Amino acid sequence: MKPAPFRYADPSSLGEALAVLSDEGAKVLAGGQSLLPLLSMRLAAPATLVDINRIPGLDAVEVTADGVTVGALVRHDALLRHEGASAVQPLLARATANVAHPAIRNRGTTVGSIAHADPSGEMTSVFALTDGSVTVATTAGSEVVGWRDFFVGPLETSIPAGAVVTAATFPALPPRSGTAFAEVARRKGDYAVCGAGVVVTLSEDRRVERVLASYVSVGLTPEVHDLTEAVAGSPVEKADWAAAGALARTLVDPDTDIHASADYRRLLVGVLTERTLADAAAEAAGRAA
Amino acid sequence: MTTKLFGEPVRRREDQRLITGKGRYLDDIGHTALAAAFVRSPHAHARIVSIDVDEALDVEGLVAIYTYEDLTGPMAEPLPVLIPHPQLHSPRTGFPLANGEVNHVGEPVVMVVATDRYVAEDVCDRIVVTYEELPVVVGVDAARAAQHAVHEEIPDNIAARHHQETGDVEPVLAASPRALSFTQYIERSACMPMEGKGVHAKWDADDSSLRVYTSTQASTSVRAAIAAKLDLSLDKVEVIAPDVGGGFGVKIVHPWPEELLVPMAAIALGREVKWAEDRREHFIGSAHERQQRQEITVGYDDDGRITALDVHIWHDNGAYTPYGIIVPIVTATQLVGPYAIPVYRVIVESVFTNTVIVTPYRGAGRPQGCYAMERTMDRIADELGLDRALVRERNLIQPDQFPYDHHLTFQDGRPVIYDSGDYPGLLVKLKDLVGWDEASRLRSDAEARGKLLGVGMALYVEGTGPGPYEGGHVQVLGSGKVLVSTGLTSQGQGHETAFAQIVASELGVPIEDVEVTTGDTRRFGYAVGTFASRAAVMSGNAIALAARGVREKALRIAADVLEAEPADLEIDEGLVQVKGVPGTSIPLRTVAVLSNPLRYAFDEAARQATQFAKPGDDDKPPIAEGDAPGLEHRDYYSPIRSTFASGAHAAIVEIDPATWEIDVVKYAVVHDCGNVVNPMIVEGQVHGGVAQGVGGALYERMAYDADGQLQNASFMDFLMPYASEVPDIDIDHQQTPSPLNPLGIKGAGEAGVIPGTAALASAIEDAVGRRIASMPISPTELYDLVRSPDSEMTATAGRRAGTGVMA
Repeated sequence: MKPAPFRYADPSSLGEALAVLSDEGAKVLAGGQSLLPLLSMRLAAPATLVDINRIPGLDAVEVTADGVTVGALVRHDALLRHEGASAVQPLLARATANVAHPAIRNRGTTVGSIAHADPSGEMTSVFALTDGSVTVATTAGSEVVGWRDFFVGPLETSIPAGAVVTAATFPALPPRSGTAFAEVARRKGDYAVCGAGVVVTLSEDRRVERVLASYVSVGLTPEVHDLTEAVAGSPVEKADWAAAGALARTLVDPDTDIHASADYRRLLVGVLTERTLADAAAEAAGRAA
Repeated sequence: MTTKLFGEPVRRREDQRLITGKGRYLDDIGHTALAAAFVRSPHAHARIVSIDVDEALDVEGLVAIYTYEDLTGPMAEPLPVLIPHPQLHSPRTGFPLANGEVNHVGEPVVMVVATDRYVAEDVCDRIVVTYEELPVVVGVDAARAAQHAVHEEIPDNIAARHHQETGDVEPVLAASPRALSFTQYIERSACMPMEGKGVHAKWDADDSSLRVYTSTQASTSVRAAIAAKLDLSLDKVEVIAPDVGGGFGVKIVHPWPEELLVPMAAIALGREVKWAEDRREHFIGSAHERQQRQEITVGYDDDGRITALDVHIWHDNGAYTPYGIIVPIVTATQLVGPYAIPVYRVIVESVFTNTVIVTPYRGAGRPQGCYAMERTMDRIADELGLDRALVRERNLIQPDQFPYDHHLTFQDGRPVIYDSGDYPGLLVKLKDLVGWDEASRLRSDAEARGKLLGVGMALYVEGTGPGPYEGGHVQVLGSGKVLVSTGLTSQGQGHETAFAQIVASELGVPIEDVEVTTGDTRRFGYAVGTFASRAAVMSGNAIALAARGVREKALRIAADVLEAEPADLEIDEGLVQVKGVPGTSIPLRTVAVLSNPLRYAFDEAARQATQFAKPGDDDKPPIAEGDAPGLEHRDYYSPIRSTFASGAHAAIVEIDPATWEIDVVKYAVVHDCGNVVNPMIVEGQVHGGVAQGVGGALYERMAYDADGQLQNASFMDFLMPYASEVPDIDIDHQQTPSPLNPLGIKGAGEAGVIPGTAALASAIEDAVGRRIASMPISPTELYDLVRSPDSEMTATAGRRAGTGVMA
């Protein structure tokens, strides 16, 4: 379990990094929490590792009324503890709290997790649910890519070779909305067997206006499911969240692995949807009051 | 008396070193050594067609490549069958490097030695082995069906048919008022020590001697194996177990191929060579345990008293049988637990599969036996509508029945005769500790919270401290330091503390003066090893006897100096004194000096022992006939048979009927290992055992697919419980001393793991009202079980449904 030989570069500017990244087989190293095990098991053998940790300016969390922009070197733990960020988008802290264990959260980066595009990651799911976008830098300049255009398949994104994701932006929680995030894992801190993040938005008269959900470890890429039709127009206190859970079960296409059957994951999608929606609705009602 | 430390919760002396990074583990040794790495079979069953190393030869840093063709003499022969047994009719072992055929994924095929481990792995990547795949046998049922054979010349896949019976079971079963039969399964797990295996070898060409460090549970036997396999004289080989980061059984197996190949390369290359196993290697290249299919028939009466028990087990031994049939024997003989079984027949068929070998893992067959017996008790109770505790109580061996002879033969070849115990006492304490009689109220409370609650219990008896022997050496130096050594090894059990307590108590010295060394053949050449909860029983008693020998000699020498009778002397805090006469004393360190008559003085202490220091008796030799210089003694403890510890566990689980997550909300342990050397260490052993029991019941399994590929060979997918998954554990103690050994102690190392699977299966079954006949069980499997039309509802659940209590 030792990595194959690779060249190591630790550029001190983004431009320098992009120059090295143009080499054949170059890969970005940020927190390393997914990449290093892959290297050690020789499941990945990049020719060059471009360590971006010494590039200044990538470790900022920027909060505006419109949303939260997280730099490529922001660790999960920093985001988890960032009160300004969770005030604007509460799902960030709720999801990062479920990312692995403290040691991993201290090193692993939120943007790295998104760029890794693992459908069992919490942050990929929340990135989709909040309608997030990433900033992708290449030698030609920077562009913003929305989550739908970003995820291509498991561990696969649309960003071209030689590019680096410099930030991810999570739009703010809409008014009269609440969120919740929950997951079932075999052991505390493990990859979820199934996780669910939800956003409930109420109308001015406290009726359910919009219900969105995204799941963890369900499907090949992050998806956002609109569950509004199951509960649309219900007064928040009377909404049938079980019906939304039942709808969610029909929309997902989970896989079987050694930890859970597809059927069991589908069961959990229903249960976690119902439970998280009840919590999110209560929060939304509080905000709408 | 400040030195009577036996029985006190003395803090572990080794922890300061071990938990502050000052331990010296295998990989801390030999920074400049060459590194070995292995090409291991990617196939579960295949013929090796060719091995092509051409592409690897130009890797910079490559030193040597070895295949089977490079092995000569005894190294070219199969690895030893360590524990032969007449009923092991078809033993098979592998070769140090595969000889034309591989029988499990992970079997070593090529050894590479290079300047470091990175380079060695680069070389491994470039070696091309061509295989011709053969049909694969995975799991006991496939082995039993024998559509394919693991070893061509053993078409039925059966390595051994172990059979014991205490009478004619069939007529008794036929005459029993009631009988029931069932089949159940238990899966594989593994020891998974935090430190994998590892070997470091250094050849001294000038001296023609070899020093080997290995992360082992049996350094003296590794030494003998290396000497035999590499054609070396025993006196030219020394083997040392440094700090060992856990063993749990896997490191009692020896010699591992690497323990022979690394020294072989060190000799051939004249360089230090080291191999430190990585985690994936440990998953696929070490050992697992526990998979069995159990078919059980039990006869019993209307009160739930067992009349006869007939058990037929198929035991998956993996690809080879280096450790013989110890695990099947232990299952067969420990199955009966604390119960009086009038007639018992057991057959264990040990079958080959194309998977990693199966050798003892903490519990070593006992968890399976306990699972068979305790689930039988649950079935009887369920059939009769009786309290599960009551059925157990009615079958217990009573305190006045000791010594109790089960008329079985144990793993040490000796009779299974229980030396002492109080099993009804355990049960009373357990029911009280867990709140057994409160279960129905707890169930209703949980129901109100939307949870399914269940309780379960399991009792066990554990044969501990098997022979043949261990030894101990105690020596008092002129400095006052007391050196203690024993040949068996330590893997974190706290031997440095427990053995020091024994010596401090026996000898009457401060524990700070005592230094304990284990597992170093330079210090003690005779030993068996650390397994079967035997270190405290075996080495503990041997060391106590050695300390008593030292004490006797010290008193004899001191009596001369103090002009008193030895019987009138005592030793306290390192001072030999006349009882009741303060001031009439001599330090033990001075006695040590005087014990060794000297010609040459090199310090003040030594001066006292020189020939002109004081007048002697001209008619006596300086060393009396039959005596020896030095204040030291070596002694051995060799028991007539094993001593039997016992215990009882109970678990309360809560299950979420929406997600089928299983939460162990209470776990109670009543434990009896006779006299306790250090209760803190014993409780630690219980905690660790329970953690592994919970792991084996709810989390861990070896997920082999039909091709024999282990799908979860990493800590990401093999779910050892974290601290967050291990319940708080309530412990109560009972002490029934063993009459078999001087200290009255019984082993405590494995006990904690034994009843976990049985107790948790019982609790989950109680909660959900569906028969649990396969363990471990995970939420996804529980979900499948409760919604399967084929799953069996328990009679208890049916009765509860009738009373309106949620099943």
